Amino acid sequence: MAEDRNDWPLWEVFVRSRNGLAHRHVGSLHAVDGEMAVEMARDVYCRRAEGVSVWVARSADIVASDPARKDDMFEPMVSKIYRHPTFYEIPSEVKNI
Amino acid sequence: MSGGARFEYLLRLGDSCLVLGHRVSEWCGHAPELEEDIALANVALDLTGQADLLLGEAARTEGRGRDADALAFLRDAWDFRNLLICERPNGDFAHTIVRQFLFDAWQVELYAALTGSGDSALAGIAGKAVKEAEYHLRHSGEWVVRLGDGTAESRTRAQAALDALWPYTGEMFETDETSAALAAAHVAPDPESLRPGWTRIVDSILGEATLTKPQAGWMQTGGFNGRHSEALGHMLATMQFLPRAYPGAKW
Repeated sequence: MAEDRNDWPLWEVFVRSRNGLAHRHVGSLHAVDGEMAVEMARDVYCRRAEGVSVWVARSADIVASDPARKDDMFEPMVSKIYRHPTFYEIPSEVKNI
Repeated sequence: MSGGARFEYLLRLGDSCLVLGHRVSEWCGHAPELEEDIALANVALDLTGQADLLLGEAARTEGRGRDADALAFLRDAWDFRNLLICERPNGDFAHTIVRQFLFDAWQVELYAALTGSGDSALAGIAGKAVKEAEYHLRHSGEWVVRLGDGTAESRTRAQAALDALWPYTGEMFETDETSAALAAAHVAPDPESLRPGWTRIVDSILGEATLTKPQAGWMQTGGFNGRHSEALGHMLATMQFLPRAYPGAKW
């Protein structure tokens, strides 16, 4: 097994803490396949009852925005304050917004 | 049924959890992967937790002022009633996993049966513990398949572990006066009645793992009567050192 140790691929772990909420990225771990990654996630990230559902995805499969293109990706939105829904009153019955 | 039989039976279950839990905890910081290290530590903690409940109940049955800690730390090897398979040294990773798998399959069948026990305390402990045991079995079973149906090296090691540990599986289904008294009182299942379910689980996983099930043959015995291998004494020397050297120590 020793020579294969570095071959275990990296997985990103997403945990939903309770029903109605979205899965949230909590970290990463190494596992040989998805099934093992879910099991490992249970022990690494859910051992204090943090979740009710776990997703895993190969880190290599995640396509991310390029930090070098931050300016044209995100900067133009900063000045468009009218896109923020800050002019609405949120009813007190609505949770988790 | 006498209180003595219930005490003996609780020691068999509790000591098996305690001794295997300690064995598995020996991997802490040494497992082949960080993730597996945490997974094994969780299994060890689950088993130690079960031991705490079972030995606590044993101490209450005994009614001589001892508690779970006294039973765990202040008895010598000949007073332990664990299955001999639980005290087998860890060996390589395959050995640890195969030992765990054979035990988990038994524990799942046992706890499932005990949830219907006429003894409400035992049924309660089993109801909580069966979910832990089912997860342990999933974890160890998947590893048995990966090791058996893995590389030539992992397969050789898994088969060697299976062959070495197989003679220790007979004890799980041993019947004697204690088990007969508990079965008659509807407190615990007849140990032999657990064999078909255990065999189904083992056959299914070994088949998937392409491992060869050892021939039925001579089986080890003695754990229920306090006849242990030298391995237990060495383990207890480590496990019991602190409370014996510093009686009443707390943190």
